[in-house]
Amino acid sequence: MIVRSYGWRKAKSLVMIALVVACVGVALVPLVSILAYVTVRGATALNFAFLTQLPKPVGETGGGMANAIVGTLILLGLACCVSLPIGIFSGVHLAEYGKGWFSKLVRFITDVLTGVPSITVGIFVYTVIVLPMRSFSAIAGGIALGIIMVPTVTKTTEEMLRMVPRSLREGAWALGVPRWRTIVSVVIPTAAGGIVTGILLAVARVAGETAPLLFTALGNRFWHSGLGQPIAALPLQVFAYAISPYDDWQAQAWAGAFVLTAMILIVSIVVRIVARGRHITTR
Amino acid sequence: MSGATEGVLVERLSAWYGRVQALKEVDMDVPPNRVTAVIGPSGCGKSTLIRCFNRMHETISAARVCGKVILNGVDIYSPEVDPVQIRRSVGMVFQRPNPFPTMSIFDNVAAGIKLTRFHRGSELAESVERSLRRAALWDEVKDKLKDSGVALSGGQQQRLCIARALAVDPGVLLMDEPCSALDPIASYKIEELITELRGDYTIVIVTHNMQQASRVADHTAFMLAGEDGIGKLVEFGETKQVFTNPRDKRTEDYITGRFG
Repeated sequence: MIVRSYGWRKAKSLVMIALVVACVGVALVPLVSILAYVTVRGATALNFAFLTQLPKPVGETGGGMANAIVGTLILLGLACCVSLPIGIFSGVHLAEYGKGWFSKLVRFITDVLTGVPSITVGIFVYTVIVLPMRSFSAIAGGIALGIIMVPTVTKTTEEMLRMVPRSLREGAWALGVPRWRTIVSVVIPTAAGGIVTGILLAVARVAGETAPLLFTALGNRFWHSGLGQPIAALPLQVFAYAISPYDDWQAQAWAGAFVLTAMILIVSIVVRIVARGRHITTR
Repeated sequence: MSGATEGVLVERLSAWYGRVQALKEVDMDVPPNRVTAVIGPSGCGKSTLIRCFNRMHETISAARVCGKVILNGVDIYSPEVDPVQIRRSVGMVFQRPNPFPTMSIFDNVAAGIKLTRFHRGSELAESVERSLRRAALWDEVKDKLKDSGVALSGGQQQRLCIARALAVDPGVLLMDEPCSALDPIASYKIEELITELRGDYTIVIVTHNMQQASRVADHTAFMLAGEDGIGKLVEFGETKQVFTNPRDKRTEDYITGRFG
């Protein structure tokens, strides 16, 4: 009896393991095929000119998306300028001083903002920035992406600061270190690895945003001529080229998608390295 | 250097965590430049008591204090006193070693100076070495001052924390069960160190270990939570007297192991 029931349990276990493995396989199929497809289609269309040249006019072959690559980097930089101060300071406030009704409200709004569709942010920025400025602009695009980043940055900052044990704060307070100085010199450095990880993940997320850029940054076939002017971005360029009727444009869209994916991959690798370094320091 | 002459005079000190009272009307005169042990079973308010001596108690939300703690003739709870300033003259060592993980050994010891006042580089190095020597850690770490503080063993980390506390020249040093997370040899080293520091600092040490109290302390306070769960001071006197000839029946019961 005992022997039989053990055999039965082993059989059940085997079936379950098989099921779990099968599900993982099914989940991996679309992921791997997307990556493989982007790589195959993108890498074949990718060349040095693509990374260094402007788009060619309709009808001419060759050219590249250098302006869009630079544009995406500029937009991400602007987005960081907008979101990091707001997000980090809000996170510090919530984690260190967040007790009253105000903090509850901020926390609630942050949660809501995390779920707001990015196109909504786009419309908002269009109404508030683009219309009064009477121009699509890099600034508007950067602000839109920044607004999308803020809740993520706020949340990770708060969570990482909360993970710093109270004993470290007490250790600093016991030395007569004022509260703000404890936060700046002990708590934030201890949580820095996690905060940087969160920021980079937020950057990676907005790097591929297209919808909010459609009516803020607009896109540009040339090098940008100032932050107050429309600017090219990889996702926009990919969109424009992918729906075009020309074969070579479509190929370039794949190359653009590939470059964008590679940029995000690089960010993810940096995240891994930063996160690992953090485990060593806090042991 | 310290050369402190102040003791800690406690008058009718009560403490609460929200609505829960943890400490009731403690009166105690901690003598200067001596070691005073606070013993008693878990939950009798020992830690709460010493956390009132550097106003650490009130950092917990809803915690409050009533009564007086007089240091250098000043009641540290009078409204014009800045708790941050008080903590610069009353050092504290915690149950678990808590070196700052992002800082090197050197920076850990220097932290109190660096983060609280203007300083010169040379002065800093000097005071770090002096503090590490006082904490009997210098010889073990002098070649790796740039290493991370958390790479040290538990006992070394605790001595690092003691060095860190000494670096700001406190007159009073509070120790909240400093050996409870350490093995016997590391505990022994801490005890030796306490004996070394005796005479230069007013030391108050909370301990679960009665042998430890009898070995290191000049005076011993015995605390106990009453029927109501509120911690009170039962007996305070010279260690020898408390352990060999306790005035209170409850002290005797505790020391002879009849409860607790």
